[in-house]
Amino acid sequence: MLLLQEAAHGAAALAEGNGFTPVLPWLIVGLPLLGFVLNGLLSVTAARRALPTLPPVGDPYYDHAHDDHGHAAAAPAHALAPAHAHAAVGAGEPSEQESLDHGVDAHPVDRAAARDEAHDAHGHDVHDAHAHDVHDAHDDHAAGGPKPFTHTLPSLIAPGVLIGSFVLAVLNFLAMKNAGEGARLAIAEGWSWMPVGNLHVDAALQLDPLSILMTLIITGVGSLIHVFSIGYMKEDPGYPRYMAYLNLFVFFMLMLVLGSSYPVMFVGWEGVGLCSYLLIGFWFREKANADAGKKAFIVNRIGDFGFLVAMMLLFWNVGALDFATVNQTLLAGGSGVEFAGPVITAIALFFFLGAAGKSAQIPLYIWLPDAMAGPTPVSALIHAATMVTAGVYLVVRSSVIYTMAPSASLVVALVGALTAIFAASIGLKQWDIKKVLAYSTVSQLGFMFAAVGMGAYVAGVFHLMTHAFFKACLFLGSGAVIHAMHHALHSTHNPADAQDMRNMGGLRKYLPVTFLTMGVSTLAIAGVPPFAGFFSKDEIIGAAWLGAEGSSHLSGATLFGIHGSTWMGVIGVILSIAAFMTAFYMGRMMLYTFFGDNRTGDQERKHLHEGDWTLTLPLIVLGILAVVGGFLNVETHVPIVQLFNFGQGEALHHWLHPVLAGSDDVIAQNVGRLEEPVHALWPIALAIVIGLGGLALAAAMLGRRRLQTAEVQPAYQGGVEKTLYNKWYVDELYDRVVVKPVGGLSRLFARFDMGVLDWIVDLFGRLAQMFGIAFGRLQTGQVNTYAFVLIVGVLIVLGSFVAL
Amino acid sequence: MNEIPLSYSLGLSAILFGIGVAGVIVRRNAIVLFMCVELMLNAVNLAFVALSPYAGVEGQVFVFFVIAVAAAEAAVGLAIMIAVFRHRESVDMKNFSLLRW
Repeated sequence: MLLLQEAAHGAAALAEGNGFTPVLPWLIVGLPLLGFVLNGLLSVTAARRALPTLPPVGDPYYDHAHDDHGHAAAAPAHALAPAHAHAAVGAGEPSEQESLDHGVDAHPVDRAAARDEAHDAHGHDVHDAHAHDVHDAHDDHAAGGPKPFTHTLPSLIAPGVLIGSFVLAVLNFLAMKNAGEGARLAIAEGWSWMPVGNLHVDAALQLDPLSILMTLIITGVGSLIHVFSIGYMKEDPGYPRYMAYLNLFVFFMLMLVLGSSYPVMFVGWEGVGLCSYLLIGFWFREKANADAGKKAFIVNRIGDFGFLVAMMLLFWNVGALDFATVNQTLLAGGSGVEFAGPVITAIALFFFLGAAGKSAQIPLYIWLPDAMAGPTPVSALIHAATMVTAGVYLVVRSSVIYTMAPSASLVVALVGALTAIFAASIGLKQWDIKKVLAYSTVSQLGFMFAAVGMGAYVAGVFHLMTHAFFKACLFLGSGAVIHAMHHALHSTHNPADAQDMRNMGGLRKYLPVTFLTMGVSTLAIAGVPPFAGFFSKDEIIGAAWLGAEGSSHLSGATLFGIHGSTWMGVIGVILSIAAFMTAFYMGRMMLYTFFGDNRTGDQERKHLHEGDWTLTLPLIVLGILAVVGGFLNVETHVPIVQLFNFGQGEALHHWLHPVLAGSDDVIAQNVGRLEEPVHALWPIALAIVIGLGGLALAAAMLGRRRLQTAEVQPAYQGGVEKTLYNKWYVDELYDRVVVKPVGGLSRLFARFDMGVLDWIVDLFGRLAQMFGIAFGRLQTGQVNTYAFVLIVGVLIVLGSFVAL
Repeated sequence: MNEIPLSYSLGLSAILFGIGVAGVIVRRNAIVLFMCVELMLNAVNLAFVALSPYAGVEGQVFVFFVIAVAAAEAAVGLAIMIAVFRHRESVDMKNFSLLRW
């Protein structure tokens, strides 16, 4: 009801056409939090219900009861002697405790039989269950009975709250769209969070064109991935816990993009890191997964240190931490922070350190490929579409700071470009389908950073958005492939890796929907017109070419004594090669997965089939978005694609203009008027050639290659392939340069701690002991002695009085 | 009639007290020990009474308290000693060093 009233209120504001009143902004972030609380309670309930029922402590009848089965049937709660309790747990609902109990039991069929016996013996009204070990999320050997409410309600709650948030975001977007361009900003005040001295930080949400765009992406793509998760995860024992974490992640992500100040953003920033950790290590019983989560968390801490330092520098020099005041102060120039000065450069670089950690840029990208240990929908949502783009969002949000620090901006662009080509080269030679996509994500994030570093903020956000569409689609598609492969391999207890592309091949016949949607997304990421990725990637590379010609505000800046225009030319070349590699490895992935002969196995092949609608619907929607998403920001000067322009063209550019006006002002104040860029046609032609050429080269080189399964086919041949397969040995290098020395240092300190500090502490203990032993001898136990000592004492005291 | 000089009374009191102290320190028999304690208490009583003409009647009042305490002490102490004797067949203090380290 409240919602409707608010909506009506918003509609009234629309009619006026100038003001923008946000529609229940706190509910956008509140709904996912509510989902987290509800799913969390369900998860706790599920865990409690799965605990074995123990007899009451001190029950005198217990010892008799478990010898007597007649009695046991009458009083089942008392009848569960430890051995029986085990069976009864098996007969309960799918639970994580159960999977722990059965972790050593390798035969699900036997388990099911044992459970049936337990079922009959006790006559409980229990649900027959799928008992899974940790990875058997899709085991359907045991016939499914009705699921307990703890495993059905999350399917409604988790996507429900997300769709609710999405609807609210759309309402807000429409309200904002109808407001005048100058009025598209609203700050929803919450409460005063940190009123300390000069520092006033409010818990407030900022709704402006940038944050509402991010909110739409997060809640929209997030809703689809939540729906996909139902199909992908519903058989998992930890299903409610999974959904709770996923909801919590969305809550923190929305806090990150909607926060009106750096500290509020930081809360979301840390929160998404936590959820990322929890979800990477979701199947934590396998040590590799838990380690991957830990790695992500620790690497992100390094970045967060940069974020914190940048925040403190900002407060020290500017005196505020909310976006509006910071931008105003910097533009007014009253704070003494100079354009291109050391202070602003340091702030920008430290923020970039934070962004590099969260968004997996060199040198902190190493956690993202390992993060693929989590469930695939998590990889799609967190490690492709939303969280890893937080760094790009941070740079765009701080566009004034970065525009004021041209050399820092060039560093951002250069690091982005290097990451793009470096990760793309690794992606060329991975066999794990998710690893290919992971390195592809790192590479595409590099493209985004190259864009925002070169001052092409809109291009960066544009690529962020299209990437969210096609990469989420690709990840979900790989999830559908893995789901089908796992199912097929499981049917014959084949231990082969369900994620290795050498075990796939020819899947297009069995998974047509997945093939089509992933194919479209591959064309999009490879940069084939008119799919989404073409326009966004072309805009980024185009920005580099334009900058090289001198029409960027960074063209005049210098980094390491080299002119910005030279750097941008280099970046353009690097990005072009990276784009070519992208097209190549994506073509390779599609060829090996969907074309050629099937290598899964003759028996297994019969079980390959598409999943239910929850798996295919999100794929279809994201596939459509991957096709049409690029038309949002088609450049006006492109001749053929002008046909696609709706209304004015470059819609995203105009939409984001209010957010980026500050950075334009900085340029106008400090750099002067830039010459109008001359748009040539050759970059567009080059982009098309790169996209199609990469795919064509992949088809020509690998199309007729006949692979064997992973057992037979070697992972690499020759030195270059070996280096690429082993990811340029960066993990080994870090291990040698960082992890081992830190470990050695800790061992040294441990020895100091135990050898010196503990020795001193122990010394006091031993001294007290020795005193005790020595003076204990005085206690003879003879009353006469005590009396003698007492009297001597009295005499001494009295004597001293007399003597004084 | 000559009054007994104060020094005589106090001297006797000191001697009695000294005997008591020496007994407590030297003797091993618990009952003798007990008697020596009583001796010290009564030495104090004597001093109180002897000083009362000079220091007021409060000293004599205090003597009653001391007598009362001594009586209570005798009752409790003798009871303890009987209990100990039942266990140990002895009232020798040498044997009562149970609380030693």
